This record gives sequence, structure tokens and C-alpha cells, in this order.
Amino acid sequence: MTETSPIDLSTLVRLLRLQVRSGADRLDRPVRGGYVGDLLSDVMGNSREGDLWITRQVHPNIVAVASLKDLAAIVLVNGSEPAPETLTKAAAEGIPVLLAEESAFAVAGKVYALIAGAVPTAI
Amino acid sequence: MADEPLIYENQFNVQGGNFNDAGKVASHIKAILKGFGIPSEAVRKTALVAYESEINIVSYARKGVIHLRLAPDQIVIETIDEGSGIADIELAMQEGYSTATDKIREMGFGAGMGLANIRNFSDIFQISSEPGKGTSLKMIIKWQP
Repeated sequence: MTETSPIDLSTLVRLLRLQVRSGADRLDRPVRGGYVGDLLSDVMGNSREGDLWITRQVHPNIVAVASLKDLAAIVLVNGSEPAPETLTKAAAEGIPVLLAEESAFAVAGKVYALIAGAVPTAI
Repeated sequence: MADEPLIYENQFNVQGGNFNDAGKVASHIKAILKGFGIPSEAVRKTALVAYESEINIVSYARKGVIHLRLAPDQIVIETIDEGSGIADIELAMQEGYSTATDKIREMGFGAGMGLANIRNFSDIFQISSEPGKGTSLKMIIKWQP
């Protein structure tokens, strides 16, 4: 992964037209990279601090993973609404939960272009 | 290790089958270590091994205990559970191998990566198990002030 200057969550929310379901007061967080995955141990093992986590899992356990790994935010894809307990936990842990109408592929592509694509030698 | 002075120790109970609270103990341990000013890399490694151990107890045991011991140069996480145990530890350590039920997999658990993650993020890792009785894990994470 190329070293890049981070973009903050509020910029991603605006450019990707994401809906904010939790953590509206924490959108100043920098996003350093991203990880796409629905297997929690995969995300635990391979995501990095400050990553945007793109997933289709909506149950409360995703909040623990994001919190333990110091991820920047969770983006739920395909318009999947989080379970109510997920939002309760996210509010308690201060984890932003964002919602995208688009697929994981589209979201990841756009986020990658915004973060890494800003550097000409990234690809 | 037995004669090493401890800065702190505590233990936490984990209830098998309770996926709603899964990760709670790991979050608690992380908060404690942050409170002691442990460097964030060691905190994250410990949080990960504690989390995977906790998920294993929730998924495969009736109940279990997670011990935390903080020494001046290392963090020790030890778990003891009463549950199904592991018949073939070598097989269970292989990435992708899992005996998880469909219900567990639907939640994104049971990817067969938990024990591999624990091994990869621990400086020292020990596992012992008795099928039908339970599993014990010991993980050591080194840290420097």
C-alpha cells in the first residue's frame, strides 16, 4: 500500500453520498485505507488502524471488530440497514456507521480512487 | 514467569452461545491496557487474541474464563473453557478449517481463521484441548515501555 495523505470521513460521506446512521459527531476522523470483508476474523486479522471497513454484515458484532481494530468507520453496502442493536452499540462505542446504496465493489473502487488514486504512482 | 512481578491481573467470565455480548471482554481488556498506557501496537495485538478467544468460547463452549495478566514486559492472556474441545489441533489451526454451524457462519464467524489469527498475533502461543471437555489457550504479547 502506498503512503498517502488521508481523507476524512465527512469528505467521503459527501462525495459518495453516504447516509450517516451513527457517529455524526466523529466524521472528522481521517481514513487511511480500506478493507472489504464479511468474515469477521478476516477483518480482525487483516484490517489496519484507520481503515474504512466495507461490509454487508449488519449485526451488532461488527461494532466490536471496528472498535477493537481502531477502524475509522463501517460502511454497509447495497442499502442494507443496520440492526437496531448495532446502532445502540455503535453509539456507545463511538463508531461511525455509514450506509451506501451501491455495492461493495462500487464503494471500494471510489474510496480507493479518492485515497490511493490521488497519488499518480499508486497503481 | 511465575516469579515475575505483576502490575495487574483480572479474570472475566464468558457465557457460551451469547453472541450479543461477544467481544465485550476483549473490549474491556483493551480499555484496561490503554488505561495503563501500554503502547497501542501491543494493545491491538492483545485485543485481537482476546477477541478471537472470546468468540471461540461463545461459539464452542458452555462457558469459559479469560485471565489477563499484565507484567512489566509482557501481557498474558489465558483462557480455559468447558466445551466441545478440539479433536485434531493441527487441523483446527489450519486457516479455513472450521466446525462452525451455519448459524454461526451467517454472522460472519466460523471462517476458520480465529486460531491462525491468534497464533500470528501472539509472540508465544500454547494450546491444549481435551475432546468433550474443553480447550485452554495461553497467549503472550511482549511490550516495551
